[in-house]
Amino acid sequence: MKRFLIPLAIFLLLVAILGYALLNLDPREVPSPLIGKPAPAFDLPQLAQPEQKFSPASMRGRVWLLNVWASWCVSCREEHPVLVQFSRTGTVPLYGLNYKDARADGLRWLAQFGDPYIASAFDNDGRVGIDYGVYGVPETYVIDKAGVIRYKQIGPVTPEALEKKILPLVKELEKS
Amino acid sequence: MTARNPLVMTNMKRLFVLFLLLLVATLGWAKEAAPMAEDVAVEKRMVAISDELRCLVCQNESLSGSHAELAQDLRREIREMIKAGKSDQQIMDFMVDRYGDFVRYRPPMKATTYLLWFGPFLLLAAAVVALILYLRRRSARLDLDPQPALTADEKKRAEALLQQVENKR
Repeated sequence: MKRFLIPLAIFLLLVAILGYALLNLDPREVPSPLIGKPAPAFDLPQLAQPEQKFSPASMRGRVWLLNVWASWCVSCREEHPVLVQFSRTGTVPLYGLNYKDARADGLRWLAQFGDPYIASAFDNDGRVGIDYGVYGVPETYVIDKAGVIRYKQIGPVTPEALEKKILPLVKELEKS
Repeated sequence: MTARNPLVMTNMKRLFVLFLLLLVATLGWAKEAAPMAEDVAVEKRMVAISDELRCLVCQNESLSGSHAELAQDLRREIREMIKAGKSDQQIMDFMVDRYGDFVRYRPPMKATTYLLWFGPFLLLAAAVVALILYLRRRSARLDLDPQPALTADEKKRAEALLQQVENKR
């Protein structure tokens, strides 16, 4: 009997480790090397007013969120109501980065589902997205007063992510 | 009936020749294959670099083989960096700065990846140690409890049995 106990214990340990990895670790969530680094600079035309530009440098001294979205992105649709509701609270400025989209499509999307953004930068060729290490839309960056990326939400912003991670972090960053 | 002149074609043969000519004519419509890239050398280097990189959208594909839009954009970026005279190392750094070590199929050797690089050898060493311990304990057990020798009676019976087998042959 005893000789079966050790293999059984090893087997159960393997099941536990693999089960944990399977259920809790998402291979799609690649940790971003940009956390703790300055948000890459850009100067892009805005989606709604192409003659006006948006640059992260203009946000110095404020904690803000940058949400990467696109009209072709399915998960963005899921995320959108959360952002619209969140923007009504006015807690923290929310800017958008309209990633690899056609201008007309992006504008139509905002008209249809509501526009939670103060402004959206229009990244048509996706170069700024590459600088930010975007690989799956939506992604949301929390950027502090010094312009340093503090957190990256990969995938849709959920009410839980807002409550548990983003808002507490924003509060903390605003104190400093 | 007219005599058969080999130079005069029957209607069937005429149709057949017409058919062949039409078949050949369609070849003229095919265009010459467009070259894959304007610059073969750049393309070659781009493929070599992107072979080493993971496509983050479809993670089991390399950047060179992926059709994901991001992969196409990144290949474009790599091409432009090559044309701008960047070294392979600089291009690799560009990718790692943005997407982390995860984009590399061959992760660099550093403190956080030691376990990744040496883990299999650690496991192997642990297995060898376990095997040696097991063999030692086993031989110790055999020394303590050697197989009892046959008694004189048993020996006789065994010999008798062997003899029986021998006789049957």
